[in-house]
Amino acid sequence: MKDTTNKPVLLTMRNIEIEGRSDETWSPIIKGVDLTLNKGEVLGLIGESGAGKSTLGLAAMGFTRDGCRISGGTIDFDGIDLMKASEATRRGLRGKRIAYVAQSAAASFNPAHKLIDQYSEAPVQHGVMGRAEAESDAVELYRRMQLPNPDEIGFRYPHQVSGGQLQRAMTAMAMACRPDLIIFDEPTTALDVTTQIEVLAAIRDIVAQFDTAAIYITHDLAVVAQMADKIKVLLRGDEVEEADTRTMLASPKQDYTKTLWAVRSHARATQPPVEKGTVPVVSVKAVTAGYGPIDILKNINFDIHKRRTVAVVGESGSGKSTAARVITGLLPPRQGQVLFDGKPLPPDYRQRSRDQLRQAQMIYQMADTALNPKLRLRELIGRPAQMYLGLQGKALTDRIRDLLNLIELDPDKFIDRLPSELSGGQKQRVGIARALAAEPKFIICDEVTSALDQLVAEGILKLLDRLQTEFDLAYMFITHDLATVRAIADEVVVMQNGRVVEQGPKDEMFQPPHDPYTELLLSSVPEMDPDWLTKLLKERAEKAS
Amino acid sequence: MSIVWEMIFKRLGLGLLTLLVISVIIFSATELLPGDLAQAILGQSATPETVAAFRKELGLDLPAYQRYFNWLFGALQGDFGTSLANKRPIADLIATRLGNTLFLALYAAAIAVPLSLTLGILAALYRNSIFDRAANALALTSISFPEFFVAYILIFVLAQSGLFPSMTRMDPNTSLGEALYRAFLPALTLTLVVTAHMMRMTRAAIINLLASPYIEMARLKGINPMRVILKHALPNALAPIITVIALNLAYLITGVVVVEVVFVYPGLGQLMVDSVAKRDFPVVQAVALIFAAAYVLLNLTADVLSTLSNPRLIHRK
Amino acid sequence: MTILIKLLWIAVAIAVALAAGWLFRTAAIAVSRGGLRKALRTAPLTAAFGMLVILLYILVAIFAPVIAPFAEREVVGGQFLPWEAPYILGTDNLGRDMFTRLIYGARNTVGIAFMTTALAFAIGSILGLLAATVGGWMDQFLSRVVDILMAIPSLIFSLLLLTIFGTSVVTLILVIATIDSTRVFRLARSVAQDIVVMDYIEAAKLRGEGLWRLITREILPNAMAPLVAEFGLRFCFVFLMISALSFLGVGVQPPTADWGSMVRENAALITFGDVTPLLPAGAIALLTVAVNFVVDWMLHRASGLKE
Repeated sequence: MKDTTNKPVLLTMRNIEIEGRSDETWSPIIKGVDLTLNKGEVLGLIGESGAGKSTLGLAAMGFTRDGCRISGGTIDFDGIDLMKASEATRRGLRGKRIAYVAQSAAASFNPAHKLIDQYSEAPVQHGVMGRAEAESDAVELYRRMQLPNPDEIGFRYPHQVSGGQLQRAMTAMAMACRPDLIIFDEPTTALDVTTQIEVLAAIRDIVAQFDTAAIYITHDLAVVAQMADKIKVLLRGDEVEEADTRTMLASPKQDYTKTLWAVRSHARATQPPVEKGTVPVVSVKAVTAGYGPIDILKNINFDIHKRRTVAVVGESGSGKSTAARVITGLLPPRQGQVLFDGKPLPPDYRQRSRDQLRQAQMIYQMADTALNPKLRLRELIGRPAQMYLGLQGKALTDRIRDLLNLIELDPDKFIDRLPSELSGGQKQRVGIARALAAEPKFIICDEVTSALDQLVAEGILKLLDRLQTEFDLAYMFITHDLATVRAIADEVVVMQNGRVVEQGPKDEMFQPPHDPYTELLLSSVPEMDPDWLTKLLKERAEKAS
Repeated sequence: MSIVWEMIFKRLGLGLLTLLVISVIIFSATELLPGDLAQAILGQSATPETVAAFRKELGLDLPAYQRYFNWLFGALQGDFGTSLANKRPIADLIATRLGNTLFLALYAAAIAVPLSLTLGILAALYRNSIFDRAANALALTSISFPEFFVAYILIFVLAQSGLFPSMTRMDPNTSLGEALYRAFLPALTLTLVVTAHMMRMTRAAIINLLASPYIEMARLKGINPMRVILKHALPNALAPIITVIALNLAYLITGVVVVEVVFVYPGLGQLMVDSVAKRDFPVVQAVALIFAAAYVLLNLTADVLSTLSNPRLIHRK
Repeated sequence: MTILIKLLWIAVAIAVALAAGWLFRTAAIAVSRGGLRKALRTAPLTAAFGMLVILLYILVAIFAPVIAPFAEREVVGGQFLPWEAPYILGTDNLGRDMFTRLIYGARNTVGIAFMTTALAFAIGSILGLLAATVGGWMDQFLSRVVDILMAIPSLIFSLLLLTIFGTSVVTLILVIATIDSTRVFRLARSVAQDIVVMDYIEAAKLRGEGLWRLITREILPNAMAPLVAEFGLRFCFVFLMISALSFLGVGVQPPTADWGSMVRENAALITFGDVTPLLPAGAIALLTVAVNFVVDWMLHRASGLKE
């Protein structure tokens, strides 16, 4: 990491206040934040969802989204007062001296124009270079961003290029005018871990090569540790603390930061091996399944035992969610079958008996869409108990109250609430209670923590762990997050392109030797160590040569 | 490119099929009559002999499918049979009126399309401004007015003073300028009604478009607002705007009926209403077929044009 | 000069309407409570005015016999009498009291339009929800039928059908409701399609819920808001369509007092500079404007809440 403390100041934001409009009133989003950035310096801006990171990042360009306004403070960019400057002056800076890289490159590239036309637009419009010059420059930058076929990729339309490549093309586009400052707004959040590495490396290199200052916005601590010289932590529109990266990682001062930094404290104790001859609760036997003519799952086998958690790991498109759909009966397999307690389940859920449906429950990733927004908790949680167990009247109410107690929500307060009156973590707890209400033997957890902030997610994992012991449950845990796997799994199934590439007990999985794909997956997960990316790239380069 | 053509041929085929089914519906509507056509026209008091004779005259003794094909092939060659009311060939009745109706619709469209697109785009660009709010309230009001209300208000305001004729006489010898003058009030009525709809839809489509991340990206690249609109919004706005125009031109087809009656305009709409009153089935069927065909063709054209303007479809992977 | 005075009158009318809206909103906020009260506070003056007008129309329709000075079909004097007591708004082409017929028109025209819309909704939304929930061949079949029916312009289609079935009130309601139900079907289906892909529907299916409960408890409550707004829009459409048909002479038949027919019967007066025939047309316009204002506000609220 470079020393930028002695360089001249590029951007100064003082006491910034930003408000957002909702229901005809203005409410604060950013409550008086200061920010100073030197030339060539990279600032990591981190915080959970709703912390105001993006809003603050855009404000550095003198820009607010519709329905927001900067209500106080000063912004000084290299001697220019952005608050007082005319819109034309600000427009002259944007794209030329301050550039922006958005989270979703697929949505942020105009579908009607070729990549290279969109690249050369800013330099030509700002009068930095001519069109021909801009186009040859584009090819040069595409090459530096390590895009395949740099000579011709620019002549494609956005929808003809993959997500990871688009994100690199967008970074190249931001570099077109060689700006002094780039705002990166969660540029790798939408990407798979193995793709993320390449994009992170490319961004870091190019920023260093051109000595560009950057504000790197993310919620991922390990990512920001690789990218930033210094880190600022935001919480609900307020600054928590700021320090250079190594200091911040080694000794955070504020309690909130310490909780963010703490390595997942929850880790499941190693369970004794399952006795030979035990009949698994769920057994997936030689399943091949897919939609239309395409097989998404190819000859999948795995077992899930009582009181055990099997984590199914893979990137998007690996088929892990499809496996869940086969087990629940939403997608009847083409070949193979699913056994429950040793007996085959009918392939289609419509042919399954009520008791078979009751035994296998599901918890979803997005609690927002998994709970009917028009039903109160009483009915959401009560319905399975009423349907499967025939509970009525007081018995039903008592059962609902017990379930609410189990998920640590106060029945008196919560029983008649609507999902919209709950926080994200509480909604996910209700999802768990609904599954428990059926008194199942087996629960599928589909990315249950990936939409939640870290602390809340940890609470959910602890709860699931406790319930498993209490009710002898078998879990199938679908996730792309290896930290979650470490925390909760007994066994791991690694999937790639619809096949199981490796499976076995957790402890073995995290020890070498690995299958090459597992190796790639494991090594691609960013770690808190600021030197991790550098070391990894060096290792991979050595292996390759 | 081939996939686009495949899609277009598919759409065309589907459009033709739709037209065919519609022709079956329009033809077989008379089959739903209690008794049959001859009985319905002559009434209960007619003797069985006269009914039988009339039935033969209408060709009702043939099986239904045979009559359908005769009717359809006749219609394809411009022969729609004869009117029951005045025994004249329907083709003669329709010929000049079709031209008049097309003239009126095009006249209204020529004013309404540019006007409403401009107003809609302006309202979207300056949304929530006084202009936008006023334009919106006015458009909403105008949508809510029955066409005949608008027409009579215009007559009351503009024809009372003798500025424009309240009844539109058209004959083949009328010069274009004269025709434009005479048909001004009916065209203005249609324009007012259609503009309101089209403006609101254009506004909604543009606002939707301006909320896209790639528009924000263009603004963050420091591109000037005019170029953002022309270069970034417009190419993507074609498909929704084409749909809006087609929808409203199709709406004109319906609106024309009432307006023609108010202004006694010698067009297809008036012919249809007269024939409905006289229960002149063959004429009603013929006019309905023409209106429906125009409607389907408009929607088909819009479909094909918006397919052609979608970059995701033209430049496949 | 006269144009200026006319413009002044229009401005005064708008101001009075908005003031009435403001008074109504203030009163409504005072008597309501809870969520309704909160919602009313956000209502723009146009929407408040719309609600007031709708309320007035409903009252007039219910109490028509009490308010009207004469009987609906009673010939009370000479033809086309001027606006003088006891005929506040003069008489029509047959010498019936214009004011009386306007009041009864609220009952007949609005009543018929309302029943038609309700019927169209019953057919369209049930089939639409069913098509989206069941999917498969049922969805394919219903959607293709609706596509075809929608490919015929609705006014033309209703003229064709009314020629054949004749023009009684019952056939009018049935024909228009059938044609309009296709539009309701489209909307209900697309709204429901957005809902059936939600995880909570999948959860309900996997729980083993039957079709009836799936539609009534899980889908319908979430589809209610757009459907209610659509009801307002469809009502305006049906109301205008029936009025147009009556105006063309193929809708509600005399001697029933109906606003569309009243315009047609008295249209001749217009050319003599008499505004009387504009009154029933204006009555139609005012109600549609009112409903549209309210619906516009509801749609705006619904889209605002989503953000």
